[in-house]
Amino acid sequence: MELDARIPDGPIEKKWDNRRFEEKLVNPANKRKYTVIVVGTGLAGASASATLGELGYNVKAFTLLDSPRRSHSIAAQGGINAAKNYANDGDSIYRLFYDTVKGGDFRAREANVYRLAQVSNEIIDQCVAQGVPFAREYGGLLDNRSFGGAQVSRTFYARGQTGQQLLIGAYGALLRQAAAGTVKIHPRTEMLDLVVVDGVARGIVTRNLITGKIEVHTGDAVVLATGGYARVYYLSTNAMGCNVTASWRAHLRGAFFANPCFVQIHPTCIPVGAHRQSKLTLMSESLRNDGRVWVPVKPGDKRPANDIPEEERDYYLERRYPSFGNLVPRDVASRAAKAVCDEGRGVGATGQAVYLDFRDAIQRLGKAAISAKYGNLFDMYELITGENPYEVPMRIFPALHYTMGGLWVDYNLMSNLPGLFVLGEANFSDHGANRLGASALMQGLADGYFVLPYTIGNWLAGRKPGEVGPDHAACRDAAKGVEERIGKLLTLRGEKSIDDIHRELGHVLWEYCGMARNEEGLKKALAEIPKIREEFWNNSTVLGQAADLNQTLEYAGRVADFIDLAELMVTDALHRRESCGGHFREESQTEEHEALRDDENFCYVAAWEWKGEGEAPELHKEPLTFEYVKPTMRSYK
Amino acid sequence: MSDHMRITLRFWRQKGPDDKGHFETHRVDDVSPHQSFLEMLDQLNDALLKEGKEPLAFDSDCREGICGTCGFVINGQAHGPLRGVTVCQLHMRNFRDGDVITVEPWRARPFPVVKDLIVDKRAFDQILMAGGYISVKTGSAPDANAIPISRKDAEEAFDAAACIGCGACVAACKNASAMLFVSAKVAHLAYLPQGRPERKRRALRMMIAHEMLGFGNCTNESECEAACPKEISVKNISLLNREFTRAALTQTA
Repeated sequence: MELDARIPDGPIEKKWDNRRFEEKLVNPANKRKYTVIVVGTGLAGASASATLGELGYNVKAFTLLDSPRRSHSIAAQGGINAAKNYANDGDSIYRLFYDTVKGGDFRAREANVYRLAQVSNEIIDQCVAQGVPFAREYGGLLDNRSFGGAQVSRTFYARGQTGQQLLIGAYGALLRQAAAGTVKIHPRTEMLDLVVVDGVARGIVTRNLITGKIEVHTGDAVVLATGGYARVYYLSTNAMGCNVTASWRAHLRGAFFANPCFVQIHPTCIPVGAHRQSKLTLMSESLRNDGRVWVPVKPGDKRPANDIPEEERDYYLERRYPSFGNLVPRDVASRAAKAVCDEGRGVGATGQAVYLDFRDAIQRLGKAAISAKYGNLFDMYELITGENPYEVPMRIFPALHYTMGGLWVDYNLMSNLPGLFVLGEANFSDHGANRLGASALMQGLADGYFVLPYTIGNWLAGRKPGEVGPDHAACRDAAKGVEERIGKLLTLRGEKSIDDIHRELGHVLWEYCGMARNEEGLKKALAEIPKIREEFWNNSTVLGQAADLNQTLEYAGRVADFIDLAELMVTDALHRRESCGGHFREESQTEEHEALRDDENFCYVAAWEWKGEGEAPELHKEPLTFEYVKPTMRSYK
Repeated sequence: MSDHMRITLRFWRQKGPDDKGHFETHRVDDVSPHQSFLEMLDQLNDALLKEGKEPLAFDSDCREGICGTCGFVINGQAHGPLRGVTVCQLHMRNFRDGDVITVEPWRARPFPVVKDLIVDKRAFDQILMAGGYISVKTGSAPDANAIPISRKDAEEAFDAAACIGCGACVAACKNASAMLFVSAKVAHLAYLPQGRPERKRRALRMMIAHEMLGFGNCTNESECEAACPKEISVKNISLLNREFTRAALTQTA
């Protein structure tokens, strides 16, 4: 099958204008006749639902949480990028575009990234108008800071809670539409299947998480804004509820899954501290503006950090990457941390950590200034570890944080299944093989506020509204399938908990499909995952009832999907015999151990098609062409 | 401190809003002081499951104190003994080997129990739906730097905007008042010039919704502030009272 990204004609700075002009529009009086289903209420979902409601569409918004405000976008700390150039330091739309394409290691679509940079400025305007309390200078104007992978200050921030403040803005806009009656919010409702009729997405099957009731909702378009799948690794910075089920169910119905092996391992997380740890906590990348990363020069040096003299410290990022120093992109910083730990120079009880030291910044700027910038992060660190980072360096280690891969979409954010749109982290489109800091919030809001509301019109215009209702045979079949699967899960009675199995799966992925990958390890993972699936279906336990609030049942369904996704991730990682961004194949590196791309053979998006249980997935390639940013060896030296 | 604490949990069981509910007791062995309170409950649930008993239902999501999903009463205190933290940020190093810990849900009429420790906090969404936002259409905003905002106002707005909507203020209040929650939102938007055109309408409508949903009145005991994981100040309630009075005297909702 030919994958057509439907990139508009014209020079890159005109493409989005051209598309908006050539697209069909829906008459304002007709908009209310169209129903749009939006799954997920994080930044992408809430902003899309609010904007579509405002335009007059009839929107149904779904979240598995008790309130849209709790979506995991809330946890983003550091900031949101925009090409405002308020800092007057040489930024522009073109530079943001350039940095993002380069940061993604030339595995993103140029046209999408350019549009992202173009609408970035409108996002900041929108959020300020909604009352998002961004940091300001004494003159009353907005403040900026710098982030990894950029040499300009283009990041807008709200203390260490940028995600929460942006989400409160989008959630407010969503509630305004709920009050106006254009959006109906369905909390504690989980999507468990996609309804497809004659190849077109027509609705979803949901489970009410309180009563267990299975329902079918139909609409004229289905929008997934369901986030990423980092929790497939068990330990990650993602929230407990984050899962791949909505995307995976769409994949089983025909939507292609693109670049599943592209995941981001964030360099600055609090290391694992307890044996039953359920998740990891991120320390914002913004800390690398003032913190210096180091390990002891000598392997096995167990002295307390403050007893190690200056000349016996290796500030390895500053040494290896003098021009970007501690602000190299995330994939580079994570791999460098792993490398020093592999040399036996890691610190802390487990040896799986490096120091992030604020001593020099505190001496230079004073404790008060550091506290004003990072106070809440320092407090959080102390709560979790019991150590005071004003006095001893933080210990940090990389952890799973974000997934660049996701469902394949064209330029209009529509998947290969007509009528199915995918936004935010759930799609694959803008970050290539590595996402730069402060770009996730930007993409979620760009997709929801400024892209989908235009492109969805082109799909809906001229279509007859409400063609498929919940009584359609396809809806009944899909609902029946969901009920049968729940019934099957509830019969599981084995020795292990779902949590045990999820932990095993996470271990295999982290070991063989984590920061560094090689053919032998990936093949081993491909042999291990079916055994884990076997354990899941033959030796795990799910108690309780279908028609009740049943958290074990919810979790079991999500872990079953994670197991199947894991197999696809490893398959993708094995097939991509090059290193790029977060995907580091040990067979493909330079003499200095930097990632070595193979543009001749792998300059494409790998979009996988599900071929049925037990069948090998089929690979479709969308070739990537770079007309503006010429692929080069990414260097941050 | 022992690395293997033994904790006896007395926890609330309730099948649904109409069930009377009761306490159950279970001991959890081998608890590490580095574990979080919720990870200790995960451990309890693993043990219950392996004994063939249904796990304890409790809500949590981000587990880093920002989403406001988690929250219950530990030994009589909303979010437990530490100030300025949510349950998910509470670590077992704050307890001792052999402790008996009582765990129960938020108890307030507007937050009916869904199951065990889970309550329905949708009333908060409904209060905000009455006016807890600035009405601005997508795409119609002026340049972000068009309206300077003094750093002081921006900081005050931020302090109020830090509310995570967890409901601890309501649980801690003997009147089940949500005035701290309402005031945080009203203050956040009142400090900003963008929020001013709707400030009267907002205060009136949100206070009416607060009353209609069955939340009680504020009697100035500040228990809410003490329980708030984000340390939202009760001075916001004074601001809300001023906003409400001014609005009530000059405008109809």
